[in-house]
Amino acid sequence: MTTSPGATAITPAVIAQHGLKPEEYDRIVAAIGRAPNLVELGVFSVMWSEHCSYKSSKKWLRQFPTAAPWVICGPGENAGVIDIGDGDAVVFKMESHNHPSFIEPFQGAATGVGGILRDVFTMGARPIANLNALRFGAPDAPKMRHLVAGVVAGIGSYGNCVGVPTVGGECTFDPSYNGNILVNAMTVGLARPDRIFYARAAGIGNPVVYVGSKTGRDGIHGATMASAEFDEKSEEKRPTVQVGDPFTEKLLLEACIELMATDAIVAIQDMGAAGLTSSSCEMAARGGVGIALDLSAVPTRERAMTPYEIMLSESQERMLMVIAKGREAEAEAVFRKWELDVAVIGRVTDTGRIVATFKGATVLDLPVEPLADKPPLYDRPWTPIARSRPPVPTLPETSALGPPLLSLLGSPDLSARRWIWEQYDHMVMADTVARPGGDAAVVRVHGTRKALALSSDCTPRYCYADPETGGRQAVAECWRNLTAVGATPLAITDCLNFGSPERPEIMGEFVGCVTGMAEACRALDFPVVSGNVSLYNETSGTAVKPTPQVGGVGLLVEADRMVRVAFRAADDVILLIGATTGHLGCSLYARSLAGSDAGQPPPVDLAAERRNGDFVRGLIHARRLTACHDIADGGLLVALAEMALAGDVGAALGTSPAAGPAFWFGEDQARYVVTCVPAVAEAIVAEAKAAAVPALRLGVTGGNDLTVDGVERISLLDMRAAHEGWFPAYMAAPSD
Amino acid sequence: MKAAVIVFPGSNCDRDIEVALRQSLGREPQMIWHRETALPALDLIVVPGGFSYGDYLRAGAMAAHSPVMREVVKRAADGVAVLAVCNGFQIATECGLLPGVLLRNASLKFVCRDVHLRVENPYTPFTQQYDDGEVVTIPIAHHDGNYFADAATHQSLLDHDQIAFRYCNRAGALSADANPNGSLDHIAGIFNRDKNVLGLMPHPERAADPALGGNDGRALFDSLVAALS
Repeated sequence: MTTSPGATAITPAVIAQHGLKPEEYDRIVAAIGRAPNLVELGVFSVMWSEHCSYKSSKKWLRQFPTAAPWVICGPGENAGVIDIGDGDAVVFKMESHNHPSFIEPFQGAATGVGGILRDVFTMGARPIANLNALRFGAPDAPKMRHLVAGVVAGIGSYGNCVGVPTVGGECTFDPSYNGNILVNAMTVGLARPDRIFYARAAGIGNPVVYVGSKTGRDGIHGATMASAEFDEKSEEKRPTVQVGDPFTEKLLLEACIELMATDAIVAIQDMGAAGLTSSSCEMAARGGVGIALDLSAVPTRERAMTPYEIMLSESQERMLMVIAKGREAEAEAVFRKWELDVAVIGRVTDTGRIVATFKGATVLDLPVEPLADKPPLYDRPWTPIARSRPPVPTLPETSALGPPLLSLLGSPDLSARRWIWEQYDHMVMADTVARPGGDAAVVRVHGTRKALALSSDCTPRYCYADPETGGRQAVAECWRNLTAVGATPLAITDCLNFGSPERPEIMGEFVGCVTGMAEACRALDFPVVSGNVSLYNETSGTAVKPTPQVGGVGLLVEADRMVRVAFRAADDVILLIGATTGHLGCSLYARSLAGSDAGQPPPVDLAAERRNGDFVRGLIHARRLTACHDIADGGLLVALAEMALAGDVGAALGTSPAAGPAFWFGEDQARYVVTCVPAVAEAIVAEAKAAAVPALRLGVTGGNDLTVDGVERISLLDMRAAHEGWFPAYMAAPSD
Repeated sequence: MKAAVIVFPGSNCDRDIEVALRQSLGREPQMIWHRETALPALDLIVVPGGFSYGDYLRAGAMAAHSPVMREVVKRAADGVAVLAVCNGFQIATECGLLPGVLLRNASLKFVCRDVHLRVENPYTPFTQQYDDGEVVTIPIAHHDGNYFADAATHQSLLDHDQIAFRYCNRAGALSADANPNGSLDHIAGIFNRDKNVLGLMPHPERAADPALGGNDGRALFDSLVAALS
């Protein structure tokens, strides 16, 4: 080493500022045989951060099934890849941008979208759809309107400009997110199975090329921030939030796809969290090679940037690639066409070390293996979660259904999300055949008869009450939403949002959720192909509810077999598929009575889930259904109301004998409402019986009201006013 | 008929227009990169939607000064048909092909949804397959679609039958509720005086396939093919 940058002494305070524990520092010294300098310490701090290393979660993530005949690439790359036949592959992943979005909602959310788009197109895929999952605090919590408005505008501004439709997502409110909202973004792309690009550096002497925006001082230590709890001083971290430029992203996307049509690219990775550090270290590690970088050659947009800043900047819209020797000019011509900065900043070496020089002096010289492949792994202590829960209030079985239905439809968690998705361009690319508002969004595979169904799901209140059941339910609900449009569910990505893993009860939530998810993934042949873990989602000691978000992809071989949630016309027969016990524990109905969550979540019977879902999908494939909707939050009557509102067609419903609120509002799993023409209803019920699938005739569509047992009459007009009214009214209320 | 689509850095509806044109035309339109300074012989030039040059400075402002737009303006003066959709409409007003400006939506928010439009002038190459006063459903997706012109310009548009489409309700009536962005006189699209340039905020290319939820935009492309072939 010829310089010691800044000669900053590596004191215990400096180590702590880098988010490293004393024993982790000792491990660094042991791994490299000496004390690191400040640049090297910075590099270790981000590579060994929870965000990059999965050091607390890896042990448990191994439970996930990750293989299936249709899986081309499972977890560990920039995104997962599955085969959908005919020379088409789907590349997808979900990622969190929670902490930046709480600090600066517009830019935080926007750059979250930018990052996940790059993860997908870096693998050779053209992004065709974005989804998101948003968890906000109580609607009346301080700043919450500002956060909702900023996050939604930020997501829209980025996706709209890049020209990728934002087709689906989730948005709920709960006080546990008051100080730590969650913003999870998912991108789905299309590629050819034989043209997938990986982040594995190879070819000694090949140039390492930097493309995209210039490097600035923004986002330094973002990955470390994402791996720490919040406190009242978090606002001071605003400078570590990156600023997005979707126009440059669009250019980068088009340029990469154009160059990918040649074979000039050997390896490619976006500079996301931990920027140049993680992209260079991970590409070298995966390829089993070394990389030598000249940091003086990195395009910078600020003066006098130090090697430390250049290595750790999280400036957006940048890519690092290894180009085949001799093809530099070809690559440069493409990037110049798209008016992007491009520079050769290094070479692939055979040293197994990441070495960086700056103005001729070596500023960093580290072995790659301990950085990328040997982070400390923790088996954190955890306690199984067995929460005692307040009981579900008892209620008379004769209670009226109309008032609670209207109140649920107009509640923060169930009201229409139109205010959100009308700010997203959900139609650009002209392949969106099922727009937001249904069970799953459906986008066509351009130029084919195929379509992809996409859904993002999790029910945090179930996960909090019983993590294992909640984990199972998140996967099952996603599978069910894909099934409900007629798709065959293929694989998931996940984004696991939890509090501090250093607390045994949080670790217990994590272990429970992951265990439940893994079990459901196995039972439903629904492997995990990519994912992200976001820990330390807590502020001043209060953790978010466990939120293992699941993003699923399913395939419709013939897009025109898809069904929608909307009642299609009058005189269709309405059938309830799946067993109804009237489970009110953890239901939104119980919450509306008790004022808080009560009871245990509904059990998830994975065999029934599969049986019922396969039965429904078979009916859809045979074109025997006219509408289908899964039953989730709010229960059966809410699902029926949503179908009626979507189709602007009412229904006459009833059971014999008349059922009470538990039947209509319970949240039993593995259920669907389907409609069909009268002529086939009897046959469907008989076939269901033969397949051991509960099926019950509920009534007939028609009219301008929902009527129940001839006594309750709830008008579409009232339901629509309640359902559509809440969100705009909330956002229009005086600011806090 | 020979058709071309101009592609700027940041255009993102270029492929969608290409698909819709191909469907009506039966062959591929030509895609023309923004740096071109010479255009081939053409009957129709489309300036598509998107965020040309990132919409920096002002939506459409930078694209209006690109070399290719100078050529487009010349061709329009020679009578070549120009269809300018969404960002294309913004560019067309910025470069003087069409009068008026597109301001930020009155809601100050991006808005993407189906809207109803009333056909105000079916006697043009763009609209001849629509009926006078017909109500069609076509999506919008924009942040800056609030059409504005001074009183004299507005009167001139009225005097010369230059209003192509107005936002309306399902029954064809004009109302503030049915105006999604605060546009002057509910204007969704306008012609130049010679009726060979149409600028509109709604996206007809997104409503030219029943699988996408609507087919009302198709007649616009069919009209052009019939008129210009």
